[in-house]
Amino acid sequence: MSAVPNRKLAVWKFASCDGCQLSLLNCEDELLQVAAAIDIAYFPEASRAMRGGPYNLSLVEGSITTKADAERIKTVRAQSQWLVTIGACATAGGIQALRNGRDVREFASIVYAKPDYIDTLETSTPIADHVSVDFELRGCPINKKQLLEVISAFLAGRRPAIATHSVCLECKARNAVCVMTAKDEPCLGPVTQAGCGAICPAYGRGCYGCFGPMEQPNTGALSKKWQALGAKPRQIHDAFRSFNAEAPAFRAEANLYDE
Amino acid sequence: MTSKTIKVDYLTRVEGEGSLFLRIDKDKVTEARLNIFEPPRFFEAFLRGRSASEAPDITSRICGICPVAYQMSAIHAMERAARIRIEGPLRDLRRLLYCGEWIESHALHIFMLHAPDFLGFDDAIAMAREHPDIVQTGLSIKKAGNSIVECLGGREVHPINIRLGGFYRVPQISELEALRDTLKRARDDMERVIDWISKLPFPDVSRDYEFVSLRHPDEYPMNEGQIVSNKGLEIDVSAFDDTFEEEHVPHSTALHAIIKGRGAYFVGPMARFNLNFAQLSPLASEAAKRTGLSEGCTNPFKSILVRAIEVLFAFEEALRIISIYERPEAAHVEIDPADATGWAATEAPRGLLYHHYKIDPQGRIETARIIPPTSQNQKIIEDDLKTVAQHFIGLSDDELKWRCEQTIRNYDPCISCAAHFLTLNIDRASEGL
Repeated sequence: MSAVPNRKLAVWKFASCDGCQLSLLNCEDELLQVAAAIDIAYFPEASRAMRGGPYNLSLVEGSITTKADAERIKTVRAQSQWLVTIGACATAGGIQALRNGRDVREFASIVYAKPDYIDTLETSTPIADHVSVDFELRGCPINKKQLLEVISAFLAGRRPAIATHSVCLECKARNAVCVMTAKDEPCLGPVTQAGCGAICPAYGRGCYGCFGPMEQPNTGALSKKWQALGAKPRQIHDAFRSFNAEAPAFRAEANLYDE
Repeated sequence: MTSKTIKVDYLTRVEGEGSLFLRIDKDKVTEARLNIFEPPRFFEAFLRGRSASEAPDITSRICGICPVAYQMSAIHAMERAARIRIEGPLRDLRRLLYCGEWIESHALHIFMLHAPDFLGFDDAIAMAREHPDIVQTGLSIKKAGNSIVECLGGREVHPINIRLGGFYRVPQISELEALRDTLKRARDDMERVIDWISKLPFPDVSRDYEFVSLRHPDEYPMNEGQIVSNKGLEIDVSAFDDTFEEEHVPHSTALHAIIKGRGAYFVGPMARFNLNFAQLSPLASEAAKRTGLSEGCTNPFKSILVRAIEVLFAFEEALRIISIYERPEAAHVEIDPADATGWAATEAPRGLLYHHYKIDPQGRIETARIIPPTSQNQKIIEDDLKTVAQHFIGLSDDELKWRCEQTIRNYDPCISCAAHFLTLNIDRASEGL
């Protein structure tokens, strides 16, 4: 930990819960090693130093929900050699994208006595809708081991090794009993990207889709299976309308069950 | 030159986005403002129409630092709506989970966000160059807290194992036993490091506060209790809306809470400590006395030490719960609130967290109201800023700025929670400068 590493990391926040950037601080065993390998130059949640760009790697958390943020993300892109979005807000608009298609003024009036003070856009959108993104790391929250893989891959100049298959394979890998076959429990695992380690099925509940759609998900077949298990259209709709509501495959499926 | 402003445009080492503005007129601080520009996310709006059972998973996404707190307030509110109380091992396991969150959240704040202020470091990584064993010990304490959350919750951030009525799966005795050595070691580390924390240079500032927290006859409060204050407040949680109110001010996307007819109040570790001192565990109580902390601590800079005492408490409490744990046969009790109203306040790491839900006959959320600790503390923080800035008026702008940031960090504010919330600007109007 003597010499300052020559490559610079920045961590940016947009509309979010801070949980994904916290995942970096949750790497209790690796944090000081990460700091020895790359200069954590801008990370306001952890440091008041805020050293200027350009940055070799920018990690971006959160979605775009204000005009000012839609401009700010462009300046982040301009200062970043590699821009990686982290978490469901940054990659799919997050839970706050449930406002999309609704009357946001009415939303503001539900929460705030004086909604006029509130500056907000009609929509919550992923970072990639605004600037080019070099890699998207999924999850609500992201998996910290996958985050370390992304940082390591960047440092080694290779593509991150992040699987895009479904949660089902992770269930098999950890010998978790299939909750849909064994307990008739509706589960989003067959259409959801792996990454969490199949924790919900391992704890006896159905997957609820934190990592968003897998590559080429067969959402139609899964919805039929859910109906066969007794799920009502509203339940199917709501299951696809959560933390990755605006991911195209989930949005399309939810729309089929819109009442 | 007659006037001056000092600004911090982006507050650091806090969770979320805010700024600070200070106006100084002839060596007198005339205005202190904590601006919150965290974009609002409208949880209370999009919760409408969702199933009551989804409240714990959805509201946990308000905050990545204290998701368990949101889950706890949500489930207790729904259970109150369903008129069901959860007792026995399930109740104990919830308390154990909360111990884990208090430890990880407090340790993050003590070692990574707050301690560097006292010693003049920009961050914990810079601090680690001169105090490597403190930072490493802090990280291992934090990790021990997270190990509880991971075991009971499935993962550290946004745990997946919490549902109305209990859990999806309850741990085997052996799984909790496996945590015991780690927790004992971390408890001993915490006890040692408390003496280091107690020797930090604390600015000598104190004010007359109204502290508000839960109080429970049998235990240090986490999930249950009456809402009490050091100035005579004593109410059931059902009277929250009649007692407190929220104001919407232009410089913040977080609502300011006050006690009706009385004004600002103080929630969080110092409030809990001052109002529940007698309920601390033996080691925590002993450490408080050893380090000169007593009931009635009114120096907000000592909140770091109070947090450390609570971490020690949480380790002892976690170990106690593990030692008496008997695995219940059912992991949860069936609960389907419908056509009912429920409310609950629990003690998040940063203080009282209130949820209120109205549930329709189909079991869907009709209205939701969530009042996080940081919005309750905003007014107190602004009042503290005035007092502290005035006390340190002789400092240079840069030093004063830092002192003000430290004052805000005394509250471990979570702006993501409060926005429904932070940037520092100091405006000095002084002939002397």
